[in-house]
Amino acid sequence: MTSDDPRPPPRHSFFGALGPNELKGLFWQVLVVGIAVAIVVFLWSNTVTNLSARRITTGFAFLGREASMPIADSLLAYNPRDSYLWAFVVGVANTLRVAVIGIVLATILGTLIGVSRLSANWLLSRLAALYVEVLRDIPLLLQLLFWYVLMQGLPAARAAWRPLDGVFLSNRGLILPAIPIGMPQLWVLGTFVLGFIAFLAIGRWLVAQQMRDGKPRPAWPFALGLIVVLPAAVSLLLGVSWTIEWPQLRGFNFVGGLTLAPEYFALLIALVTYTSAFIAEIVRSGIQSVPRGQWDAASALGLRRSFMLRQIILPQALRVIVPPMTSQYLNLTKNSSLAVAIGYQDVVSVANTTLNQTGQAIEVISLIMAVFLTISLGISFFMNWFNARIALAER
Amino acid sequence: MTAITDMPDLPRAARRPQIGNPVLRWLRTNLFSSIPNGILTIILLAILAKGVIGFVQWGIAHAVWLTPANDSSACKAVRGLGACWAIIPEKYRFILFGTYPFDEQWRPALSVALFIALFYLSSRRTLWRRELAFLWIGALALISVLMWGGVFGLSFVSQDRWGGLPVTLILATFGLAFGFPLGILVALGRRSKLPAIRSLSVLYVELIRGVPLVSLLFMASVMFPLFMPSGFNIDKLLRAQIAIILFAGAYLAEVIRGGLQAVPRGQYEAADALGLSYWRKHRLVVLPQAIRHVIPPLVNTFIAFFKDTSLVLIIGIFDLLTTAKTAIIDPAWQQFSVEVYIFVAAIYFVFCFAMSRYSRSLEATSGR
Repeated sequence: MTSDDPRPPPRHSFFGALGPNELKGLFWQVLVVGIAVAIVVFLWSNTVTNLSARRITTGFAFLGREASMPIADSLLAYNPRDSYLWAFVVGVANTLRVAVIGIVLATILGTLIGVSRLSANWLLSRLAALYVEVLRDIPLLLQLLFWYVLMQGLPAARAAWRPLDGVFLSNRGLILPAIPIGMPQLWVLGTFVLGFIAFLAIGRWLVAQQMRDGKPRPAWPFALGLIVVLPAAVSLLLGVSWTIEWPQLRGFNFVGGLTLAPEYFALLIALVTYTSAFIAEIVRSGIQSVPRGQWDAASALGLRRSFMLRQIILPQALRVIVPPMTSQYLNLTKNSSLAVAIGYQDVVSVANTTLNQTGQAIEVISLIMAVFLTISLGISFFMNWFNARIALAER
Repeated sequence: MTAITDMPDLPRAARRPQIGNPVLRWLRTNLFSSIPNGILTIILLAILAKGVIGFVQWGIAHAVWLTPANDSSACKAVRGLGACWAIIPEKYRFILFGTYPFDEQWRPALSVALFIALFYLSSRRTLWRRELAFLWIGALALISVLMWGGVFGLSFVSQDRWGGLPVTLILATFGLAFGFPLGILVALGRRSKLPAIRSLSVLYVELIRGVPLVSLLFMASVMFPLFMPSGFNIDKLLRAQIAIILFAGAYLAEVIRGGLQAVPRGQYEAADALGLSYWRKHRLVVLPQAIRHVIPPLVNTFIAFFKDTSLVLIIGIFDLLTTAKTAIIDPAWQQFSVEVYIFVAAIYFVFCFAMSRYSRSLEATSGR
């Protein structure tokens, strides 16, 4: 829309500085912004009138009131006498619980299936293709309802299936043996994480050394020392106990162990299987995007297959894989809001109940938007950082 | 190096002699190329056989196909052993057409057929002309007449009696028919040099894409009356339709923007050089090329929308999934929801699979 005329227009006054195209541009902008502002003002004034007619005061004061809504399944301690604010936080925690675990599992499953589709084994690649095709072409909500109905059709707790010792599958959900985690256990886990980070740093340093003089240096002693021996030593020193708590049937329900409620379990299965079908396609096209010559060249250098995959193929495939993967992660997080259909109380479900109870529509919707925009920004930020790290280092 | 390139063409490495039965040879290269591969094949075959046998026993051998009307006792007898497909002939009219007056159900059936014909014609490359837009307008008008009635001797059927497959198709098709022009406008807005228009477009796209469709639908169903002057209200289906159009517009805008970026700069400059106005430049030169670039991702977005229309279940609109869910509330048939879900999944699958096949064939031929 800028001036096509190469000669600068004569500049006299403020408006004279604008050519005919600029004037037209200004006109359009004023028009469109004017319409947008008019719509917003119209909606806003209607809303204010309607709210005052219903005696609803705007503002976030309602968050302090007693929520009196039941939340059956939550990570954080909650009871219906807590405030709306706390109910909301519990909802966010529930969303994050399903989204984070879902993202991890969907990535693992999707990668396995994507690699299977490229397998030389005809049967495996056909089965993987069938999996992708079927799951991608059926609405997620339908799959979710399907899994939930299957969960409800499972036998009662007394007749629960026991696929493995200590694992129970019944209409109460999936019950797994668990290790109670307290402060001493957290110390050991913290050491483990720190050891892992230290190992990654040392690994990079070792590669840098190899780049300098060409001598390969083994990394496994560091791995053993930092990731296995160090946490084990801390565990022994502190005398941390790692007793496994086995779930037991008492009466009509289970005691001990870790319980995944049917709603949570159905939601997790549906999100993981559905998203993994999309991730599989991304992984497949990423690997296929690496030119054949790269494989040939790596084999010609006599590299071991694992080294070839790790150092030659994967870094190139990841550049194609990471950007679409980001949007799949965002999709999974947004799709977790379908939880409301089966009664798992995620943030949207809690917000919906709040909306029905209080009528504070604008506040509640802006809270939902704030939560999802924050999560989206968080995921995008992390993935952009990761993407920048693996992007092609142009010389 | 020169020695090698200058050498006369060597005979190609002798091909492996083709001995033995071709079937055995195929098995060998594709299933048993190495020992681990062979073990994998056998394990997969065992799992597959178990799954197929289980499904055949449940779905065919022990299944109940027909029962007397409204009598599920035969199904209850085989519960857990065999499928109860008898629920489909019992309930299919309700699942497909919801509470539409029973004697008038040929009208939604005809509408579905019209939709399918419309999709088919739109997929033919030779018909991608301006007339296609008139075809769409005509077909959608005809479908509206069929569904509502009230003219030509057709009795009037109000929107809250609509249900099932026609509602799903209406939500998806009208969502696209209105979302697409909206998407084009927003995509152009996002690439505009005018800062105010650009920021408005960015704001719209990012806000809509940032929240789940579920919350938009809640907004449409719960908050819409708050936004409007008191006393003014519109139908629930229309409100959901507006939410879907706004949602579709934001996603389609991003796809179209990708296409606009792929049009070479020279095309814009050539159009400017011809003295075309902004709108004529885009309509005649830029957009036809841009949209052609992004047809495969557009079809993928269409598939996603078609599936996403099922979310209206959450706000209680009777689309295909909601009628299926309602059909199994009937206490006599309550236990046979899996069969109904499989039936509905098959319908969704047929539509989406056809579209994804089509998208792939376009991708394969677009390079030529």
